[in-house]
Amino acid sequence: MTTNPLPQSPLLDATGVTKNYGAVAALRTASLSVLPGEVHALMGANGAGKSTLVKILTGAIKADAGRILIRGQQLDIRSPADARRAGLLPVYQEPALIPDLDVLSNLRLTGTPVEPFRAWVRELGIPDLDIRETARHIPLAILRVLDLARALAVEPDVLLLDEMTAALPANLAEKVLEVVRRQGDAGRSVIFISHRFVEISALCDRATVLRDGATVGVVDIEPGVEERIVEMMLGTRIEKTRVTARAANDLAVADGGRPRLSVRNLQLGTKLNDVSFDLANGEVAGVFALEGQGQDELFAALAGSIRPTGGTIDVDGAPVKFSHPSDAIQAGIAYVPGDRAEALAMQRSVRENIALPFSAALRKWGPIRMRREQMVVSSAIARLQIDTRAQGEVQRLSGGNQQKVTIARWIAAGARTILCFDPTRGIDVGTKQEIYKLLRELASQNKSVLFYTSEMEEVQRVCDRVIVIFGGRVVDTFPVEEADEAALMRAAYGLPRGAKADVGILAEVKPGSSAEAAS
Amino acid sequence: MTDTATMPQLVSFGRRLRRFMADRPLIPLIILLIILVAILQVLRPGIVNERWLANTAKFAIPLAILAGCQTMTMLTGGIDLSVGTVATMSAFIMATQIVNQDPTVAFLLAMMPAVLIGLVNGIGVGVFRVHPLIMTLGTSLIGTGFLQVYQRTVIASGARIPDFLNWLGTGVTYGFPNALLLFVPVAVLIVFMLNRTGFGRLLYAVGDNERAARLSGVRYWQVITALYVLSSLLAGITGLLYIGLIKAPSLSLAEPLVLPSVAAAVIGGTSIFGGRGGYTGTIIGALILTVLTTLLTILQMPEGGRRILFGLIVLFVTAAYLRIVEDR
Ligand SMILES: Nc1ncnc2c1ncn2[C@@H]1O[C@H](COP(=O)(O)OP(=O)(O)OP(=O)(O)O)[C@@H](O)[C@H]1O
Ligand SMILES: [Mg+2]
Repeated sequence: MTTNPLPQSPLLDATGVTKNYGAVAALRTASLSVLPGEVHALMGANGAGKSTLVKILTGAIKADAGRILIRGQQLDIRSPADARRAGLLPVYQEPALIPDLDVLSNLRLTGTPVEPFRAWVRELGIPDLDIRETARHIPLAILRVLDLARALAVEPDVLLLDEMTAALPANLAEKVLEVVRRQGDAGRSVIFISHRFVEISALCDRATVLRDGATVGVVDIEPGVEERIVEMMLGTRIEKTRVTARAANDLAVADGGRPRLSVRNLQLGTKLNDVSFDLANGEVAGVFALEGQGQDELFAALAGSIRPTGGTIDVDGAPVKFSHPSDAIQAGIAYVPGDRAEALAMQRSVRENIALPFSAALRKWGPIRMRREQMVVSSAIARLQIDTRAQGEVQRLSGGNQQKVTIARWIAAGARTILCFDPTRGIDVGTKQEIYKLLRELASQNKSVLFYTSEMEEVQRVCDRVIVIFGGRVVDTFPVEEADEAALMRAAYGLPRGAKADVGILAEVKPGSSAEAAS
Repeated sequence: MTDTATMPQLVSFGRRLRRFMADRPLIPLIILLIILVAILQVLRPGIVNERWLANTAKFAIPLAILAGCQTMTMLTGGIDLSVGTVATMSAFIMATQIVNQDPTVAFLLAMMPAVLIGLVNGIGVGVFRVHPLIMTLGTSLIGTGFLQVYQRTVIASGARIPDFLNWLGTGVTYGFPNALLLFVPVAVLIVFMLNRTGFGRLLYAVGDNERAARLSGVRYWQVITALYVLSSLLAGITGLLYIGLIKAPSLSLAEPLVLPSVAAAVIGGTSIFGGRGGYTGTIIGALILTVLTTLLTILQMPEGGRRILFGLIVLFVTAAYLRIVEDR
């Protein structure tokens, strides 16, 4: 961390950047200045304009006004190719590989050298990538890493990472952080967007904070700065508390012994192996796993999206076989998938997206009661604090706001059990608190939640109990009191309790981390 | 909400105009329609009168209903190329069966192939996942084949256009074509269905993101089957209206309407990739194409030249329209 301001000239200096979409002001007088060799955080609440700024800097969209200097020279960046020539390379918030092409063709399309790409992919913790695989069939987390490797392969001077780590489980996120840190050490600059404070404090030198499209401050990252940043981001203070879980004995009394969901010996090809667990009424059960341990398949099977090859699922004590998601929905089980592209009709309005399940069943195909629908939808929107300035089409919302729509849908539908797969991906600190509260509230209404998260912190914040999956098996189950990060990590790596594991740089910064200090 | 005082006035007039158009995509279409009518009036002063209006409406209506079939199927990312054959079949069966049958029986017989073809299309696309283009083209060819066989069996009995269809197709009351009696309810129903019913929502949702619809509990095959049956039924009814207008049953009666019906939906702003569009635009699209045909007829070009020009204009209009409406 360089706290001493050397008289260094910025590598990238943008001032007065403005962008309006009709009546929506995405950016007004935003500025950003990045020094050589610096890892610079760009922070702000959902819809603050971070992604818009990144897209403008890299020529994907055109600003209405503003001045951009690169190495002191004013450049007019009109296209991504221009940006690339100037040494600016982005990893956007949404996966950028073309889904219908294989990885190799995608590389050719952008003229990315293949060997360096492969080297980076290995470096980033994916040893066995099949370069001939069609992008559509690659899981979201891996796609994100491939996007990063593709950018790294051309050795950019400024790397712009828009929520690169948001979909990544701990092991992959760590690799990314290591690589990014080394970029900085090698004299290259990185602009790093993340809603995870742990990462910011582990990685970044300075942070620029945006609020409502304007730059409201630039701060050095040092212990204790988190609260100041949050205050700048949101304009208010927030209480970052642990939402209290119910005591375990309380639970047992409440549900009279019969679990809401009971999974026994679930089998799915080679992905899931003999998975058994219960989900009680009024419980928030966490699922924790490293990348690709079968968690995707577990959720998809419980949601009726794919069919298990063996084992049983009981709902309220009665065995069920789901052959279509609508069967699961009938049984009161809703699924928020990890990849929002899988959940949203991007060209349709926020309202239609939230109300979609209402019309699904054959007997609901008739006239819609617009007034009532409007009421239900509005209350879900308010509950999740969705920024509705651009609500005509979901694709115009910021990433975090899109994510909120995927959750709002099932809140509006009043599902009894919600399977949340990484629901807070890309959601800002303020709304995250709101979502934690919401999940606890659902539990207190005797509803139940199965909650996978790639963010270890969240486990302790909301769950009653944690189920750890490794290699398609349930390797351990902790009550939340025992689920400290070291224990979780050990279990996630498949190590027995009490063993010592290498938990990487996140754990190393832990003691001094302001994120924890605040909790 | 936004602080207009600090908003720089750099946003040019052109951009603001575009923004305006993007929010109201019907306006450029209506302007285009008015321009075409104005050109017509300049080339042939006095042509635009009450009779001309009624005539244009009469020819635009069958096209607009078939374009409605295309709009609905295109919203789901599909297309229905069998509408021409279906319309021809019901028209032809109606005209030949009315000779010895009760009108109700003749009507039911005439609608049978429509339901059947719609069902086959729907199951093929919705259950077996055949591409809609191939599926509907296939059923269209098969239908034409059956019609040829059928024609030979009824060749002796002759054909007649029922009076009611004659009245509906060509009649004008107080200056309004009677066909509006059919068209207005149909149009209102389609618009209402697309905007205010669960089924309409599902058409958009399925076309925009089928996986998302599935995860919300939508069963694709149900939506698609219902859709193609509905589309075929509308095409069948259009056939009956059209035979009243053209009055000459033939085996290629409605075939010339198929591609224009697709064009009308596209010009009207419905995306062939699904999820975006609506029926009001399509109606104006059908009007534009009808006026354009009149215009080209008046220019007294040879048939070939007329077609080339028609195609070029359709291409140009669609491309220009997308540029205006797609604001980034
Ligand atoms: N095409 C568009 N039309 C209208 N408004 C838009 C469009 N694209 C973005 N916006 C608006 O611009 C604002 C800024 O969006 P942006 O994606 O930059 O936010 P962000 O800071 O990246 O948020 P997040 O943390 O949720 O990703 C949002 O209010 C969004 O609705
Ligand atoms: Mg963003």
